[in-house]
Amino acid sequence: MATYLIRRLLIAIPSLLAISLILFTVLALAPGDPFEELATNPNVPPEVRMALRAKFGIDDPVMVRYVRWLGAMAQGDWGFSFASRINVDDLIMQRVPTTLFVVGSSQLLALAIALPVGIYAATRPYSIFDQIANTLAFVGFSLPTFFTGLLFILIFSIKLDWLPFVYRSDIAATGWRWYWEMLRQAIMPITVLGLFQAASYTRYVRSAVLDVVRLDYVTTARAKGLSEKRVTIRHVARNALIPVVTLVALQMPAVFGGAIVTEQIFRVPGIGSLLISAILSNDTPVVMAVTFVFACLVVLFNLIADLLYGWLDPRISFR
Amino acid sequence: MNEQKLQKLIEDVKDGALSRRSFIKKAVAAGMAAPIASQLLVWNGVAMAQTKEDYKPTKAGGGGPLKILYWQAPTLLNPHFASGTKDQDASNIFYEPLAGWDAEGNLVPKLAAEIPTKQNGGLSADGTTVTWKLKPGVKWHDGKPFTADDVVFNWEYASDPATAAYTTGSYTGIKVEKADDLTVKVIYPQPQPFWADPFVGVAGMIIPKHLFQDYKGAKSREAPANLKPVGTGPYKFADFKPGDILTGERFADYHVKNQPHFDTIEIKGGGDAVSAARAVLQTGEFDYAWNMQVEDEVLKRMETGGRGRVLTVPSGNIEFIILNTTDPWTEVDGERSSVKTKHPTLSDPKVRQAMNLLLDRDSVQKFIYGRGGTATASFVNNPKMFKSPNLKYEFSIDKANKILDDAGYKRGADGIREKDGKKLKYVFQTSINAPRQKTQAIIKQACQRAGIDLELKSVTASVFFSSDVANPDTYTKLYVDMEMYTTTQSSPDPERFLNQFVSWEIATKENKWLGRNVSRYSDPEADKAYKAAQKELDPEKRADLLIKVNEIFCEANVILPLLSRNRVAVAANNLVPNYSGWDSDTWSVASWYRS
Repeated sequence: MATYLIRRLLIAIPSLLAISLILFTVLALAPGDPFEELATNPNVPPEVRMALRAKFGIDDPVMVRYVRWLGAMAQGDWGFSFASRINVDDLIMQRVPTTLFVVGSSQLLALAIALPVGIYAATRPYSIFDQIANTLAFVGFSLPTFFTGLLFILIFSIKLDWLPFVYRSDIAATGWRWYWEMLRQAIMPITVLGLFQAASYTRYVRSAVLDVVRLDYVTTARAKGLSEKRVTIRHVARNALIPVVTLVALQMPAVFGGAIVTEQIFRVPGIGSLLISAILSNDTPVVMAVTFVFACLVVLFNLIADLLYGWLDPRISFR
Repeated sequence: MNEQKLQKLIEDVKDGALSRRSFIKKAVAAGMAAPIASQLLVWNGVAMAQTKEDYKPTKAGGGGPLKILYWQAPTLLNPHFASGTKDQDASNIFYEPLAGWDAEGNLVPKLAAEIPTKQNGGLSADGTTVTWKLKPGVKWHDGKPFTADDVVFNWEYASDPATAAYTTGSYTGIKVEKADDLTVKVIYPQPQPFWADPFVGVAGMIIPKHLFQDYKGAKSREAPANLKPVGTGPYKFADFKPGDILTGERFADYHVKNQPHFDTIEIKGGGDAVSAARAVLQTGEFDYAWNMQVEDEVLKRMETGGRGRVLTVPSGNIEFIILNTTDPWTEVDGERSSVKTKHPTLSDPKVRQAMNLLLDRDSVQKFIYGRGGTATASFVNNPKMFKSPNLKYEFSIDKANKILDDAGYKRGADGIREKDGKKLKYVFQTSINAPRQKTQAIIKQACQRAGIDLELKSVTASVFFSSDVANPDTYTKLYVDMEMYTTTQSSPDPERFLNQFVSWEIATKENKWLGRNVSRYSDPEADKAYKAAQKELDPEKRADLLIKVNEIFCEANVILPLLSRNRVAVAANNLVPNYSGWDSDTWSVASWYRS
């Protein structure tokens, strides 16, 4: 197990290096200029723009910039944002709590819906309940979040006027009121993301349970006279959920990475909206840091998923 | 209105026979913009009126929160590095200039005790020295007094090339001296007709010396106060998350009595313009949203919600088309569209004249921009004093056809005109932006009917407006036959704005396409008039010279103006904002109140 872990970590290093190189080159090749707004402003002499480009090292060759970035990154210096001129790690840390809260809650909501519905549907395949759950699941993951998001805004904010559609990280309230306001503004983004995720989870849980339900040991358990409830929860669900656990582990990077579209629609100040605004303003250091952190998380959680799998299912051995 | 008549009116004002207000009214009726009319009075020794802002609240505070929504979030709060209006407006809440521009174009003192005039000795007779008297008793948010040292420091800070301040254009080439603690002298190397630039408006916001003096020059990025402003403005800094939210609270020691009305202020950023309008007009979650680049049709529908209203104010921005008179398809010395080349057909004035007749400006205004723009044939439209009275536009496909027939351009088998084997086929480029693509389509249709074939090209804005030397699609490269975009006139005086019509600003490979003259067209007459205007102290003669520069380019049909753009914002019905087209949106945020 230990040697396996070490080997996997060692493999991760070259793959992360390769990822960072590719990301950096693509970003460098992409057109655009962080100081484009200055270009149309007659009050800013062109020399200022050239001086800034030189100062921020944008005019150097790509490889020189890459090596400089890599060196700084290795020492924990993530660089600074061209747009707001503060360190990128500060910028990211400001966004992480919101993203964790919104995307994390939506994942919990998704599981809370998908597990009972998926298991119940699988234990009664092709029943009315199963048919309805299946149809809704199909509808759910066929509708993109930008559509459901706008639909929710139209219904709950504009027609009914129940919920605000602008998410604010600074709520000027204390105590219970703060929690209430927070909940009110978070309902829509969490539901939009949660329902979308729940739809695909439901399909997955259902098929995983279906695979297990027909196995001999389940029949044996029933033959022993165990109650249906006990069979489902202790014997079926426990074994069926092993692949689901890995699926959830693989989803974890997304929890940190945020949901770009949904965050943009509801103005949730998370990592996703940071990334999109950085891309739009050609703020390369921020784009680079966010995408690279995301790559690291993907590699890390892949490893965790593999380890979890082996731990949950002792038949699998690490070599 | 001729010069003598104007002089007489000015004399009347001096004698007291005519009130300031009726003078400005008369001047405006005669087609002169209010800002210029009042500047005329200043030059002739009549003091500017201390405009009484219509401010009802009788005590400071008590207004609750003021919630503002910007669909682009502010990213930094140092006015000298504010690259777009989002950062300028956000900085303007905490920092103030010596004077700002109100909606009528008057200079309104902010940190100055009064506006310099000839009468009060603020303006020297030779036009080279401006003396500003500072308002006494003004405090920074940390309690330190505001003095002349701070003003002088801002000049040092912004004019230092190592600081790379975006405001540097307003501060280089001048000298600023402290006369005493509350008096500052601005000295120009030559007579300066438009002196209200440094320390005025968005480029004039003053940062405190005691917090920035260690961060002048190359270290400017490291100043902690870049993100935690300490200013003299009506609101104190509370919290800032770049790209997300900015909050402030009322500054109890603010130097204007009974202001500000609101207890806290909040600027939330992000999202898109349409939903920002929705949050003000339909759901009422926010009180104010800026820069509504939304089709008028959509805004009208939202306004029926009854919670808010649309505010428009004229600005100097102009949406226009450049016809390229150089050859974009032949490379000379490593660049296309070189001034050494000639466009095969667009260098013919007749073709350009026909093109100008094919722009259906009225339809573009009516169906696309609505309240967001006014059709025009003049490049400079505001202030009215600088608008050419001679330039007229017309949409006539018949006339265009006739001109092209007479010039010998015959329709070929495919319906496209040609002469000597050169076809009238052009590539027409602009940035990706729904109204622009619609405008392109309208123009293409009209051209088709005149036997001109347009190939429409749209480039994503982040490329089009970049200064990326390696990219062929930037607007300054002009590697196409014609292109369309908006350029911004940031001060009420168009001198600097018109530098895009002078020969020494032509964008070439040599200056890395950073020159401001993108059209590459030049005319010695325009150069001469521009240079003369730079020295002319008489505002009327100066305006005539600048109008001449404008007319030379428009009459040559190289620059085809389309629309003079308006600034559009939305506000809640009960909010009374003081909105000006000549300054930042928040230039007078202290006097906003809820009715």
